[in-house]
Amino acid sequence: MSDTALGHARHVVTENPVTGFALALFILFVLAAIFGPSLVPYDPLASDTANALQAPSGQHWFGTDQIGRDIFSRVVVATRLDLGIAAASVALVFAFGGFAGLVSGFFGGWVDQVIGRVSDTIMAFPLFVLAMAIVAALGNTVPNIVLATGIINFPLYVRVARAETVQRREAGFVDAARIAGHRDMGVLLGQVAPNIMPIMVVQMSLTMGYAILNAAGLSFIGLGVRAPTPEWGIMVAEGASFIVSGEWWVALFPGAMLMTAVFCFNLLGDGLRDIVDPRRRT
Amino acid sequence: MRGLLLRLAGSLPALVAVIIVTFVLTRVLPGDTATYFAGPTASAESIAQIRAELGLDRPLPEQFWSYVQALVHGDLGMSLTTGQPVLTDILARLPASAELTLCGLLIGMAIAIPLGIIAAVRQGSLADHACRVIVTAGVSLPVFFTGLLLVYVFYFLLGWSPAPLGRLDAFASPPPAVTGFYLIDAALIGDWETWRGAAAQLILPAVTLGLFALAPIARITRASMLAVLGAEFIRTARASGLSSRTLILTYALRNALLPVVTTLGMVFSFLLGANVLVEKVFAWPGIGSYAVEALIASDGAPVQGFVLTMAILYILLNLAIDLVNRALDPRARHT
Amino acid sequence: MSAATPAAAASQSVLDVTDFSVEFRTRAGIVRALDRVAFSVGRGETMALVGESGSGKSVTAYALLGLLDAAGRITGGSARLEGTELTSASPAALSAIRGKRAAMIFQNPRAALNPIRNVGKQIGDVLRRHAGLGARAAAAEAIEMLRAVGIPDPARRAGAYPFELSGGMCQRVMIAIAVATRPALLIADEPTTGLDVTTQAVVMDIMGRLAAETGMATILITHDLALAAERSGRIAVMHAGHIVEDAPTKTLLLYPRHPYTRRLLAATPTAAGNLADLRSIPGNLPDLRRDDLPPCRFAARCDRRLPACEAPMQWRELEPHHRVACWNPA
Repeated sequence: MSDTALGHARHVVTENPVTGFALALFILFVLAAIFGPSLVPYDPLASDTANALQAPSGQHWFGTDQIGRDIFSRVVVATRLDLGIAAASVALVFAFGGFAGLVSGFFGGWVDQVIGRVSDTIMAFPLFVLAMAIVAALGNTVPNIVLATGIINFPLYVRVARAETVQRREAGFVDAARIAGHRDMGVLLGQVAPNIMPIMVVQMSLTMGYAILNAAGLSFIGLGVRAPTPEWGIMVAEGASFIVSGEWWVALFPGAMLMTAVFCFNLLGDGLRDIVDPRRRT
Repeated sequence: MRGLLLRLAGSLPALVAVIIVTFVLTRVLPGDTATYFAGPTASAESIAQIRAELGLDRPLPEQFWSYVQALVHGDLGMSLTTGQPVLTDILARLPASAELTLCGLLIGMAIAIPLGIIAAVRQGSLADHACRVIVTAGVSLPVFFTGLLLVYVFYFLLGWSPAPLGRLDAFASPPPAVTGFYLIDAALIGDWETWRGAAAQLILPAVTLGLFALAPIARITRASMLAVLGAEFIRTARASGLSSRTLILTYALRNALLPVVTTLGMVFSFLLGANVLVEKVFAWPGIGSYAVEALIASDGAPVQGFVLTMAILYILLNLAIDLVNRALDPRARHT
Repeated sequence: MSAATPAAAASQSVLDVTDFSVEFRTRAGIVRALDRVAFSVGRGETMALVGESGSGKSVTAYALLGLLDAAGRITGGSARLEGTELTSASPAALSAIRGKRAAMIFQNPRAALNPIRNVGKQIGDVLRRHAGLGARAAAAEAIEMLRAVGIPDPARRAGAYPFELSGGMCQRVMIAIAVATRPALLIADEPTTGLDVTTQAVVMDIMGRLAAETGMATILITHDLALAAERSGRIAVMHAGHIVEDAPTKTLLLYPRHPYTRRLLAATPTAAGNLADLRSIPGNLPDLRRDDLPPCRFAARCDRRLPACEAPMQWRELEPHHRVACWNPA
């Protein structure tokens, strides 16, 4: 089975070079996140006021910022934090939202009602505003950014996991397992969960981009990560004041990096969806 | 009419949920409101005093009750930064946000809907490919970054637009407030110079928001137009020899717009959030930048008021979308 | 089947189709959906086009009216409606003919109507386009059409939306749309599928009455032999893109000559039979994407096959108005 899946994946990548490109980018981002800090030419925090606001050059590929820090080094080092926040929040909502959706679709009844109400309540807010409110209330820290980003994605994960579970429950093989004497939780985790996994992985890839955007947006308005930590959202915010005086590189490179990362995950998600669920091709 | 009342009643649970969540977020969770209010240098004694003043030492249900009572009276507390009641501040700034968001939405729809239609009608054409690229790229754009790029190109490089500093040039005075929308108020008194000034300030942030709203609208328009064009009633219309104008505009488009209208709910959710970021980039004096300033100053009441206002606004927008949907779709009127 | 004299009297005919061929280009190859189809329909006549699903009945109708999707195209032959050649007509000319001189109604009437436009306006749209009526006149005439198809309280029903009407009512509205401009030809594609039996009869009665009143020719596309037997004057049997037999209804039912027609009738022992349960005909329709399609597309399923069947197919007129495309008719 995994053999055919691999073959299919290879087919998709060759048929759709865009997915292959996204995959290559993804690998590049992961490498940057892992090895970036030890590879960059400058200390991302070291200021050099004599060389402040230098345009990109052979020495500083992406130029320097207002206190002379090397923007290239900062942008590369920030990869770990930005992707880390997004990945942590996606993992969090995958675990809780996915499980809630499973339980909701499997048992129905009051469990389904309660989880549905929780989702509705979250959806009653504009999501970014809710994330702002959560971080403001819980405190301005990175874990709270992770939590807030996870919470606003919760309804989406519940909906997808629930729909897939209901579909499988109605397909009858759950009943078969139950008649064979398996207990409910055993059926749920042993039979249903592995079956909805591919769709959930696609969902994770698709929401990664949104999670990155959301976390960067929060730090752009001063929530979460704080200066001088290198982080794309903050760096864009810091560069914003120099845009009007023409020092474009301070904001452009972190912004472009952010955009590329989100673009990469969106393309990858679309590609994965084509592999896992060819019906939903658009 | 009965359906309408039912729909209005249907918004109540969301409203209740929003009020409870706002209350929980600000009063129950670890962040200490009294410490916020007292400021960073306050002594333990003055914090305790403020706590008592705010009623924070009373049991939670009692606190919730007084919170709701205050809300009913429009009391959202005082802003420490401006020294004004939060409601006054928010009402003064709301029109700026509303004007910006609505213009952004209109720009987004004005581009996205025709694009989606052409992409669906001429499948595989240049417009179709453009639509795909824009849809994928559009959802990847960090809205604050798009805004900055536009500022760089149109203000710094080309000099076509004014400095990104608010709704009007610092030396111009705003038109007398009727609606609070500068474009409308200036037009009402025929002050076209102010109108042009306001429009010049508005165009970049509105385009930024428009670009942001464009992707989801174009995507759903294309998809729903494709679905409708394949529908059996379109085949009937073609078999009746109706002109392609009637076919596309009267038969296909009106049906295709129904899912688009429904999707606007989601678009508004994104748009109201993006609005905060765009207001910060363009120093737009709306409720978004008000909240950001309060956040930085650890000023709790304005943040809470902002969240509540946004949520209520969102509920009202969803209600409006529902009403539009009822007007467009006779089937929706019968449920 | 080389060009043959159509059975119906030429002077009275509304539609003359000869050597009409259609292909679809698909990823899996070219589908030869229709091959030299030929028939005529006369004024006031109802011809039934019967066959299994996939035999090309609906494709014939769509191709005639220029409603094929982009993958399909007419590769040869001629189709003359009241003397106008349809195969070479421009899209604009075809669009002017559709709904005016030739109209079509479909199965599943509720889905075939615009869900958010009231039925009066939908009838009015056709009148405004083809009869040159203004909005008010079209609305008044639409009510008259609703009355003509037997809808009670037509003035009120004109304001109704399809979801507010029953399936039978919707099909009457479809008929009203189709006949609003008094077309010369009406093509009814499975018009009663999905309707209950009484409603079926009512709908067919209305179509029959309107045809008799206006001299409209009708092509009734159906897989329901019983319906065809009851409602048509002539039956043409289709199989895999060919018309294999064409005869007056009574003759065809009593003296079927083509092996396929015989199988069809045998598979439906009583006149109340239905082609849907046609499991007893061995084999399936041949794959129409093959390059080496045999001249007779039924040969592989046929128990009267002869070596002569490898020769190009020709029409044989066994008696006046009864033709069959077979080398070894029963």
